[in-house]
Amino acid sequence: MAHTEWRDAPELPDFSLLKRLARDQLIFLLEQLPGKKDLFIDADLMSPLDRIANVTILKQHEVDKLYKVELKPIVSSSDQLCFLIRPRIQTVKWISDLVNADKVAGRFRRYKIIFTPQKFYACETVLEEQGVYGDVTTDEWNFYILPLDDDILSLELPEFFRDNFLEGDQRWVTTAGSALHLLQSVYGSFSKVYGIGRCAKMVYESWRELMEEGEQRTRQPEFAKVFLVDRDVDFVTPLCSQVVYEGLVDDLFRIKCGSVEFGPDVTSSDKSIKVMLNSQDKVFSEIRNEHFSNVFGFLSQKAKNLQTAYDKRRGMDIQQMKAFVSDELKGLKQEHRLLSLHIGASESMMKKKTKQDFQELLKTEHSLLEGFEIRECITYIEEHINRQVSMIDSLRLLCLLSITENGLLSKDYRSLKAQYLQSYGIKHLLTFANLRQLGLLEEQQAGETLTVMESKVGKLVNDKTVGKLTDAFSSLAKKSNFRALSKRLALVPKSGEEYDLRVPRDMAYVFSGAYIPLSCKLIEQVLERDGWTGLEEVTRMLNGQEFAVTGAPNPRNKTDAQRIVLVMFLGGCTFSEISALRFLGKERDTYYVKQIEYMVNIKLSI
Amino acid sequence: MAFVTANWNPLGDAFYRKIELYEMGWNLKDGLRDCLVAAAPYGGPIALLKAHNRRSPSARPQLEIFSSSGLPLASFPWKSGVVKQLGWTVSDDLLCVQEDGTVLVYDLLGGFKRHFSMGNEVSQSQVLETKIFHSPYGTGVAILTGALRFTLATNIDDIKLRRLPEVPDLQGAPSCWAVLTQDRQSKVLVANGSHLFVLDNTACTPVTPPGLSPQASSIVHMCVSFSYKYLALLTDSGLVWMGTSNLKFVLLLFSCRCRRPKSQQPSAVVMWDGLLLVVGECKETIQYHLDDDSILVPELDGVRIISGTHHELLQEVPGACEEIFKIASMAPGALLLEAHKEYEKESQKADEYLREIKEQSLLSEAVRQCVEAAGHEHEPETQKTLLRAASFGKCFLSNFPPEQFVSMCRDLRVLNAVRDYTVGIPLSLTQFKQMTIQVLIDRLVYRKLYPLAIEVCCYLKTPEYQGVSRVLKHWACYKVQQKEESDEVIAKAVSVKLADAAGISYSEIATKAYESGRTELAIKLLEFEPRSGEQVPLLLKMKKSPLALSKAIESGDTDLVYTVVMYLKNELNRGDFFMMLRNQPVALSLYKQFCKHQEQDTLKDLFNQDDDHEELGNFYVKASYKEQRLEARIAHLQSAVDEYYKAKKEFSAKTTEDEMRLLRFQRKLEEEKGEQLVGFSLHDTMTTLLSVGLHKHVEQLYKDFRVPDKRFWWLRLKALAEKEDWEELEKFSKSKKSPIGYLPFVEVCIKHHNKYEARKYVSKVTLEQKVKAHLAVGDVEGAAEAAIERRNESEIGTVLSRCAATTDHLLVERLNRAKATVAKK
Repeated sequence: MAHTEWRDAPELPDFSLLKRLARDQLIFLLEQLPGKKDLFIDADLMSPLDRIANVTILKQHEVDKLYKVELKPIVSSSDQLCFLIRPRIQTVKWISDLVNADKVAGRFRRYKIIFTPQKFYACETVLEEQGVYGDVTTDEWNFYILPLDDDILSLELPEFFRDNFLEGDQRWVTTAGSALHLLQSVYGSFSKVYGIGRCAKMVYESWRELMEEGEQRTRQPEFAKVFLVDRDVDFVTPLCSQVVYEGLVDDLFRIKCGSVEFGPDVTSSDKSIKVMLNSQDKVFSEIRNEHFSNVFGFLSQKAKNLQTAYDKRRGMDIQQMKAFVSDELKGLKQEHRLLSLHIGASESMMKKKTKQDFQELLKTEHSLLEGFEIRECITYIEEHINRQVSMIDSLRLLCLLSITENGLLSKDYRSLKAQYLQSYGIKHLLTFANLRQLGLLEEQQAGETLTVMESKVGKLVNDKTVGKLTDAFSSLAKKSNFRALSKRLALVPKSGEEYDLRVPRDMAYVFSGAYIPLSCKLIEQVLERDGWTGLEEVTRMLNGQEFAVTGAPNPRNKTDAQRIVLVMFLGGCTFSEISALRFLGKERDTYYVKQIEYMVNIKLSI
Repeated sequence: MAFVTANWNPLGDAFYRKIELYEMGWNLKDGLRDCLVAAAPYGGPIALLKAHNRRSPSARPQLEIFSSSGLPLASFPWKSGVVKQLGWTVSDDLLCVQEDGTVLVYDLLGGFKRHFSMGNEVSQSQVLETKIFHSPYGTGVAILTGALRFTLATNIDDIKLRRLPEVPDLQGAPSCWAVLTQDRQSKVLVANGSHLFVLDNTACTPVTPPGLSPQASSIVHMCVSFSYKYLALLTDSGLVWMGTSNLKFVLLLFSCRCRRPKSQQPSAVVMWDGLLLVVGECKETIQYHLDDDSILVPELDGVRIISGTHHELLQEVPGACEEIFKIASMAPGALLLEAHKEYEKESQKADEYLREIKEQSLLSEAVRQCVEAAGHEHEPETQKTLLRAASFGKCFLSNFPPEQFVSMCRDLRVLNAVRDYTVGIPLSLTQFKQMTIQVLIDRLVYRKLYPLAIEVCCYLKTPEYQGVSRVLKHWACYKVQQKEESDEVIAKAVSVKLADAAGISYSEIATKAYESGRTELAIKLLEFEPRSGEQVPLLLKMKKSPLALSKAIESGDTDLVYTVVMYLKNELNRGDFFMMLRNQPVALSLYKQFCKHQEQDTLKDLFNQDDDHEELGNFYVKASYKEQRLEARIAHLQSAVDEYYKAKKEFSAKTTEDEMRLLRFQRKLEEEKGEQLVGFSLHDTMTTLLSVGLHKHVEQLYKDFRVPDKRFWWLRLKALAEKEDWEELEKFSKSKKSPIGYLPFVEVCIKHHNKYEARKYVSKVTLEQKVKAHLAVGDVEGAAEAAIERRNESEIGTVLSRCAATTDHLLVERLNRAKATVAKK
């Protein structure tokens, strides 16, 4: 973890306070329904809830049995049912059906719905329409932020991305605003707010409104600056394969709510083990940000050290032995256990990732990012689809191709789409429609004269020139402009130079030195310039919507807190970005706390 | 000064005093005789209603409302039914309980607010008696019906009627009853002759007050103290019983003859026609003669006696006052007062007195006593004297905290202001503390004494939010109801007055304006509301839905948008509704989201209206996946095809058509061959068919669906390798030039651990992939050969990394050499 190895790190705010607040409120709500009750919990709230209040605490407050919401008829003998859910219409409908079924059966129960983080009018409408509004009581549990680690906060809203960017439903905007407001009221006001993106702007607005309504408390702030960034500002980064250890763990095993379940192939036993991944885990905290190629060496070194530590006990006398057993052994044992797990994990990564396929996948991604040999890449993608290598990877490559190339040529688009549908079924017609709406996978408009000309020219000259031409043309259209951006911000380091992954030079190390995450680069640039001046061209290419607001006046003395920056990704972020920001933080003597909507890896939408 | 104790009467150890509060300003012809009277506690208003004249029911009695000082606040003829009881709520609203159980609510100035009913049962059997009571939950109404049952509502703002259990052997109306609030619930205590019962929600329990012999005589009156702590009973034999209200302890038994008691603290006031009797714990009494018909109003710290001409307060003399003013008192406060008096007279005795206090080091105590006593005195002159004495004493003290003195001065100033004849709220300090400043401001606001209320707020430095702003808001709400002024004038007046006040909710004011029928004014006022979220609900109510919708969207609060959308959905006809949504994309997308889960068909209609054929197509495709039956699926897909054509999405249409064809094909094969196929993608279908050896059908699919050669080759390759049909694989490899090259052949063989077969294809692999192929089959030498031949540095490197340094010694050397040469070039 960055701040153990880095002495000068500013003290981070104590985020466990947030947990305590949430727990107290939940207990209060549970007590509102006195007596024994069964609790139904939304599946995706299970793990966050576990972090806030475990089963013992729930039982203390007269929760009898715990169930997962499965949208199926329930078996419960309790006379009091409590539902802890996200405000989703579907779930509310299911509850209304339950209540109605009980009514028909002549059964009397008490129902209480606790919505978290907030109640939506639409949900109440459903209750009303189903005629059960009077039968249930509803409440809100304002559980906005879950601290996942010392420096990661999460809203745990997996649907944020889909709702906001695809469906144009902005109902989570206020949630994000309230979360910021909560942070501010607990940890003091921020001195400066930056942001880019439509959603970021809306979040800021809603937050500002909350600020104006409530009372202002002035206290020593624990954060200096906030940076809000929309996911759709940078789609490229989440589309690239991750090669940092933590990212890889996520790609392969899915990190959920800060913990991961290692399967039997990792644990080398017949059962899966659930492991918390955070800075408490000493082994993990040292390798999480490392490029994968370094991890194995590191782990073996660690194993050797451990062995020496164990070996110390040889030649000890009784007294020393006693001290050893009581002081060190437990720690060593623990470390040993974790080490063997991580070695297992990296072995299984090795197996999967050092294969030819993965190398080629990376190579293709890198050439797409650099804009070389696009034809070959398309051929590779085609083969990838034809061989049914991986449904998601194929789609990922397609999107990457589309974004870096400002959309696919009609011919390519059709043939690739047709191939994809042949491989995976026609239902993906909808996937394509969704991706198009998001601007992730687009067809260049055949009608545009520019494109026609371009393709004509394309026949005459080689790929590289076409790329240049495309650049020229695309700056006229409103497309993603990745190439131009990349040039402008120097996102892709010059190829040909050797990149030593052991001693990272810049943030590009998180993608094997091939690409600096756009989002992180933006953050770096803006903080360096203390605003958007000088980045006008960049913001124009990102469709504008940038802002920088000075908030509470800076306290005169420069405290530790002034170096802490809160970065909020609206729509999720990847572990690679987190690693990159940690790297940046170390270099720039600032500290980044990330707040994210949800860890995204790649999102599919059907 | 000397007469402070003139109106004191001793009772046991304590003193009681009767203070005249006001000379009543009203002019009543018959006094209080034959009137229904209700006076609100905490110096609240008094309501009067002449009793119904049974003989001439058409005559309309006048309902009059006065302030405590007898100034008329309102007066109007009573037009509704027969009123059984009048009473006041905690928020100074007048309750009139009618015979049929309807309760009418008026505000303090006689404005009708609302009415509610106490239930069917009550209206059928008519109201016999009613009591209005206050509890921590608000104001309650208890009714004894003609059927001799009790019905109770604990809080009239949130009416939950409770019917209490029956009282056994109740033949006629009970001799008396009272409402108690105990253990967080309201109970009724009923006396029927000599029997006493407690009724709560579930049961009727007979009780016997200790010390009162059950057969004694019947109880004719009972009364509960203001705090519900004490209870007084009066029997027909003239016995007064006093005890705690839980009937566990008896405080006093006293024998007298009287009719109407009101009980207080541990002392009871008994009143009958011309005589008022205070009964204390010590079996002594004080008697007062009353000249006139009077009513008693229990207060927290005394009883107010209202007669036709006077308004008096009877209370136990507070401790501090007693200490100071008791004749020949030597309490430090009394000495200090004396000292100050002498000081005023410029007499050296002042010093003597002071010295006496200081010797006992009781000076701070003395100051405290004076300050406290000042609080309990009604005469400003006395207050001043006491406070001056206190301030005099303070001079001789260092480090005496000033807060008590300062706050007492402030409080007294406020109290004197509201006690003024024109305001008429005779609050004592104890009551004021209990009631809190917020409530007092409310009371002033109810009386429309806005300037005074604002002065009080400013003077007491209440936070703007709770103080001035609140008063201003009430003022504005009242202002907008004034019909005679034009919209512009009012809007301007309001905005000017409220401009710099914090935390004003214009929407509330606008609501009031709308309620009094001034929509235009309401809209004007809403413009001042900074939070658009607050504007929406009212706009909806005023049926300005388009405006509401745009305001909701402006606010960025999705929930609000939902509210409006749902409202519109029920309000407008479908066409208009859709049209309105069409102009508001945010609202539209929200509604779509809702429909997706709730009303699929509406979603379809929406797309239809927008002529969004592509979305419709997508909709049908999605729907097709929900269908189990193949025919239905195909039907859906057919609709999708039509829509796609309409949307000019030939590609999607074609693919969908292909899918239909595929489904039919799968179905046919399923029937023929019994393979599970329906729903598979084309690729999966072909894989399955190949694995069971239906090559002909695969060929057919390959042709029909124009499967690219590459895919086809991959498929065949994989399937053959899967079956380990190496012979067939070889034949296949030779059938045509492979469109995917021959490296996959090598790899697939290796995957199935057949090196022998793999080698066969190595030679066929193109030059670029030779090294890879060699390495794949484990032929390092071959790979080295190929790499050197190709003079490719990175490839040589790859091979080198695969060489074991010990065994392939020679090879390594050769490679290194080659590498060096390549590098040189």
